[in-house]
Amino acid sequence: MTTTTSPGPTGAPYDPNAQVHLGVFYTGVGPQLIWTGPATAPHVAVETFVRLAQLLERGLFDAFFLGEGLRVRENHGRVYDLDVAGRPDAITQLSALAAVTERIGLVATQNTTYNFPADLARRLASLDLLSDGRAGWNIVTTDNAWTGANFRHGGWLAHERRYERATQFVEAAKTLWASWEPDAIAESGEAKSWARPGAIRDVERDTDLVRLRARATVPASRQGRPVLFQAGDSGGGRELAARHADVVFSANTEYDKAVAYAADLRARLARHGRSPDSLRILPGASVILGDTPEEARERAEWVRNEQISPPRAIAFLEQYWDADLSAYDPHGPLPDIEPGEAELDPSRGTIPIERRTGKLALIAQWRELAAAENLSILQLVRRVTPQHRSFVGTPSQVADEWVHYVRTRAVDGFNITPHLVPSSLEDIVDKLVPQLQERGAYRTAYEGTTLRDHLALPTPTS
Amino acid sequence: MSDHRTLLLAVDLDGDGAHPAAWRHTGRRPGDVLTATALRGAVGAAEAAGFTLATFADAPVPPSRGLDPAGRLEAGTRAAFAAPLTDRIGLAPTLHVTTTEPFHLATQLASLDHASRGRAGWVVGAAHDIDDLATIGASALTDDAARRETADVVDVARRLWDSWQDDAVIKDVASGRYLDPDRVHHVNFTGATFSVTGPLITPRPPQGQVVVLAPAELEIDARADIVLIGEPDPDALARRAERARNSGAALAFAEVEVVLDAGEPGARRLAALDAATPWPDSGRLRYVGPARGLVELLRSLAPVVDGVRLHPAVLAADLPVLAGQVLPALAADGLYREPEPGATLHSTLGLSRPANRFAAPASTTA
Repeated sequence: MTTTTSPGPTGAPYDPNAQVHLGVFYTGVGPQLIWTGPATAPHVAVETFVRLAQLLERGLFDAFFLGEGLRVRENHGRVYDLDVAGRPDAITQLSALAAVTERIGLVATQNTTYNFPADLARRLASLDLLSDGRAGWNIVTTDNAWTGANFRHGGWLAHERRYERATQFVEAAKTLWASWEPDAIAESGEAKSWARPGAIRDVERDTDLVRLRARATVPASRQGRPVLFQAGDSGGGRELAARHADVVFSANTEYDKAVAYAADLRARLARHGRSPDSLRILPGASVILGDTPEEARERAEWVRNEQISPPRAIAFLEQYWDADLSAYDPHGPLPDIEPGEAELDPSRGTIPIERRTGKLALIAQWRELAAAENLSILQLVRRVTPQHRSFVGTPSQVADEWVHYVRTRAVDGFNITPHLVPSSLEDIVDKLVPQLQERGAYRTAYEGTTLRDHLALPTPTS
Repeated sequence: MSDHRTLLLAVDLDGDGAHPAAWRHTGRRPGDVLTATALRGAVGAAEAAGFTLATFADAPVPPSRGLDPAGRLEAGTRAAFAAPLTDRIGLAPTLHVTTTEPFHLATQLASLDHASRGRAGWVVGAAHDIDDLATIGASALTDDAARRETADVVDVARRLWDSWQDDAVIKDVASGRYLDPDRVHHVNFTGATFSVTGPLITPRPPQGQVVVLAPAELEIDARADIVLIGEPDPDALARRAERARNSGAALAFAEVEVVLDAGEPGARRLAALDAATPWPDSGRLRYVGPARGLVELLRSLAPVVDGVRLHPAVLAADLPVLAGQVLPALAADGLYREPEPGATLHSTLGLSRPANRFAAPASTTA
């Protein structure tokens, strides 16, 4: 076997023994979840979450990952009615799941804008202890005042400063998690005191973004501290990841983008004095499997059509037109009325920076495209809605593709977003995982007990 | 309001017990209290004993900065962990209104109710001194300001729990509608120091409303389902319970600390514990002695209060005596009944499921 040790285009050498790490990112809400079929599990029932976590544990996944809800999405001032909505608090739900699972990592998405650092750090550390070292935190930021309307400090943080706050927040949390010396607690009830005097340090911060004085009430877990995931793709997000994260949950799933992203991130790691293997790259992905390539393609088509249904196509345009378009036929031409001039409001969820302005120009482009190709509303919306990167094929095809991704070190694995719960995940566990195992690219048993063990990450130093 | 010849029984399961020196008498390593194993043991024992409700005390600051435990798991995570391990006991963490966002707090409690299939309670905490508030970078609150804040947070939590009607999810395939937006409501709450638009991100809890337990000193009786009364004098206890019910609270519970004869006399155990760290007077009833004396005391309280919350000095010593002697004696006398498997906490407490303030009133048949 010939192995090159020179770093390839990904900033890391080819690794014939590289492993695929898998997580599931379950937001529990949103347009990607199909709810119309008879086989879909009740989305809010705790039984559904227990069943999913236990299924993924059977599939030897690294992590089960919950999204965060701060405000229910709306369309024109009313709750948006076409998507699955309603979900539990992530840390509460994962604490319950910790009691009925043994190995799988439990990752909570929690934002740094509308939380208090000491309070959130304490809840995460408690989950980490109760799960015996299986907790993770997916660090996200929020900047819009619409979401902030549910919180004491609604809309207080300027967009440009959200990663500054996030960085200080994470640093405060890490300091709290490291504030107990390893042997702080007495060995027996005969000791003079429960904790050795001086073995627990108070933590103080006093900037305009993070202010606290607190003493942690929990020691480090078996994995040191919760594993830190970071999902932002902006420059600020990448810097935060390179400084503090253990895992990046990136949006760069296409192979070429994944290669460029890995190279960029590894260069940033080096600047922060971190080794290339101290950060795992797990982009989001959806997976659609079939017994034959044709069956997989047909299924993918069906999924896309379910996800962008005729009523959703109308609702999508309503967001851009800022008007009630319910009288328009989704199978007919684009609305003939002029769109409202107001820029997009964030009430349907976070809007990417590039879409926050220039709405009218975009609509003009859509009109041209629809006219040129004679597209209906539905056809246009299916065309212009950004498509999540899907791996579509037989289990063997997808396994081959993934093995190539990990051995060239473009990624370390994937965070899968399910579209049908639980069946799309059952397919992965029962059909794709065995193919990966046959290729020597996937564990056949959990070797460690903690999430940090599963991800083969170094023990945290601070 | 329950029959005055019966009692509802709650037990606090925080740490190693209510006495600050309890950690010296557990028979295990002091740090073990912070493990899943310890929590499984305590919750399992309380449910097996037949308690109505387990509470989990908490604070934003360590339980002790002196010789005693500096460690404590956050209470909401403890209660949630207990949820799938149990099927009848109520689970009520102390969550503080002052150090968590009100919206998060309402979401966490609604989620606990879903995870426990309708057995969540909330012991309202209002920590507001300088060290508590420093954890969120804020200044201490006056008692008046804390009271107002507490009332506001309970009010907004209750509105948020109603913000989804029970029948909001319709899954109408023909129209493509997952939910009916007319049944999911903004709450548009404005309090003294904050406002919340809503709705909650979590659908209505199985119980409709999480059971709210308010310590009497918070003086929010009208907003509570259960008022927890720490009062050593029986007459004063009876008066405060009456006042709670007159204010609109459904139930009044007496707070009772217990040190039971367990191998050695309770009085001797207490002396040993107090020699290590004196147990500060919390203003609660305290019983020290044999199990049958506690049975007598509880029997005498039955006409006065609807329930009691017991605070065992040392869980490892007192919980087995409660389970083996006290609860069976009360049950034999018909003073106490175990919850039914699968029952909601509301139902175990004899309370009806609250109507939703946002739902159009149902036609008055029945």
